[in-house]
Amino acid sequence: MPLAAEKIITRNWGRPDSWTLDAYKGTGGYATLEKVLGMQPAQIIDEVKKSNLRGRGGAGFPTGMKWSFVPKDSPKPKYLAVNADESEPGTFKDRYILENDPHMLLEGIAIASFGLGVHTAYVYVRGEFRFQAERLQKAIDEAYRAGIFGKKLLGRDFALDCYVVRGAGAYICGEETGMLESLEGKKGWPRLKPPFPAVVGLFGCPTVVNNVETLAAVPAILQKGADWFAKLGPDKSGGTRMVCLSGSVNRPGVFKVMLSTTVRELIESPDFGQGMPPGRKVKAVIPGGSSAPVMTADELDVALEFEALKQIQNMAGSGGVIVMDDATCLVRSLWRVSRFYAEESCGQCTPCREGTPWMTRVLRKLEEGRGEEGDIETLLNVAQSIAPYPPMGLGQTICALGDAAALPVHSFVVKFRQEFEDHIRLGKCPFGDKPWGHYGAMTA
Amino acid sequence: MASPLLTAEEQRVFDDRLAEILSHYPSDRKSAAMLPALHLLQSMKGWLPPDGMEMVAHKLEVSPERAYEVATFYVMFHIRKPGKYVVDVCTNLSCSLWGAEDLLAYLEQKLGVTAGESNGTWTLREAECLASCGTAPCLQVNEVHHENLRSRAAVDAVFARLKPAS
Ligand SMILES: Cc1cc2nc3c(=O)[nH]c(=O)nc-3n(C[C@H](O)[C@H](O)[C@H](O)COP(=O)(O)O)c2cc1C
Ligand code: FES
Repeated sequence: MPLAAEKIITRNWGRPDSWTLDAYKGTGGYATLEKVLGMQPAQIIDEVKKSNLRGRGGAGFPTGMKWSFVPKDSPKPKYLAVNADESEPGTFKDRYILENDPHMLLEGIAIASFGLGVHTAYVYVRGEFRFQAERLQKAIDEAYRAGIFGKKLLGRDFALDCYVVRGAGAYICGEETGMLESLEGKKGWPRLKPPFPAVVGLFGCPTVVNNVETLAAVPAILQKGADWFAKLGPDKSGGTRMVCLSGSVNRPGVFKVMLSTTVRELIESPDFGQGMPPGRKVKAVIPGGSSAPVMTADELDVALEFEALKQIQNMAGSGGVIVMDDATCLVRSLWRVSRFYAEESCGQCTPCREGTPWMTRVLRKLEEGRGEEGDIETLLNVAQSIAPYPPMGLGQTICALGDAAALPVHSFVVKFRQEFEDHIRLGKCPFGDKPWGHYGAMTA
Repeated sequence: MASPLLTAEEQRVFDDRLAEILSHYPSDRKSAAMLPALHLLQSMKGWLPPDGMEMVAHKLEVSPERAYEVATFYVMFHIRKPGKYVVDVCTNLSCSLWGAEDLLAYLEQKLGVTAGESNGTWTLREAECLASCGTAPCLQVNEVHHENLRSRAAVDAVFARLKPAS
């Protein structure tokens, strides 16, 4: 049975000039916006609630519920801040939405803004996405010319402006309050919550922060109905989702899957990853971006879905699935992951600022063959003092970057302890100068 | 006399574009335009010289320290003059699983510069995940993205297309 899911967000990809207004309108684009302008704003929020849409940025928070936290009678302006920072290692889906179908996102933005009473939306695009930011800007310009954005939303008495803001290279600006600080023109130091952005966000005003994929799903929900969307998924999460498969598989890429699809199916199905490289087996998989705990080859029959992964003390996160084969050194892999968090820690909270470079130094020491007894305990202790685990979510820091740095260390060390001990015992990396698995070397 | 930051014509262009950017924000929130303003200056100068950060701060009515604080927080802003070409190579996990460490070593040799360093022509840096993990490995040259760089031949082709460094 083919596993590929019904195309929702990807339905226009691959059509000629799919990123243009003409192409988008040619497949019914913006007709849903026209329709919802005849609805009560509260009805829009209700539909999204009923659809069980959950945020695709990482935390999986129910979107309709988030929208309903925005105070209805606030005298302050309200904002929509669209998270196109896409910097979680292993994640590469939002870029394709921006490249292939920016108008689907823009229609989602317009519908959300009308429902929420928002008159200004900012799309925060990571600085490295210059091409994507330019393509999005062109789509916005087209939408202004077509009377979608501007003083009147499709002729209605509702002003809506939409602006692109480019980041400048900082993972922490994907964290929603780090992003708000950056949108305010500052360094991206996350804010203590509560208050949550829906109440006190950008410029001190109520602000909804949503991921690109989340908002791109909104037009389809209002077109085909909340029930249709909810029924596609299990109990508490509606729709299908995009997962990003990378690492040691024959066909890496972004795939639209049912929420019932398991990690094993994703790797093996001819529709998706097409299996492991010749002669290789799965050793380890990170299922939700590098911030998620690692899983062993015995855990692969879990669905790529928020609740299912939560039950095994893991997370669906951003949908970034990274596969490591049995020729890959996991000490080397974890060292690289830890170096990322040390580099990207914003420096605000002591456990994260001090702990991330500490863990990185210990891992380097192990990989370079200088490991000593006690190093593994040190790693676990430091990780534990940034964020105790399990369960998830006990971090000691202002934002979840601390958890994100600690979870991989806990899980790699606990689940693959033997490999760490081997490095100490042998006084060198058992994989020698080929630590990166089947595809890990350059060719001529 | 030291050469001015921008010529009169360039300053006019800068001021016009900044005015347009400022119209995106509430009128009492000029400093929100800090990132766009620094991007704009860097696109014109190639980097952010100290007098440039001061100029931006002045236009946005904040202290120069604010501009400096932002410029130093984000890796894409150059507070030192980089080489003509800034080459950012992703070596994060998914790219390393597709040969990024070899790619970086190959570039060090090809460009004659160590990662993390700069000469007049090249600045070579390791970068974090660039959202190209499914088309790994990847790099950016002056903010232009290149992916699927599995082979030396593919890398050579990217660099052959660059304008020769003057
Ligand atoms: C360290 C860190 C980095 C994050 N990076 C991103 C990101 O790049 N893109 C994103 O959409 N969400 C990111 N998030 C999640 C956001 O904080 C937030 O939950 C999300 O944008 C909300 O949108 P959603 O409800 O539509 O998912 C990050 C969170 C943390 C803690
Ligand atoms: S790891 Fe290199 S692009 Fe994601």
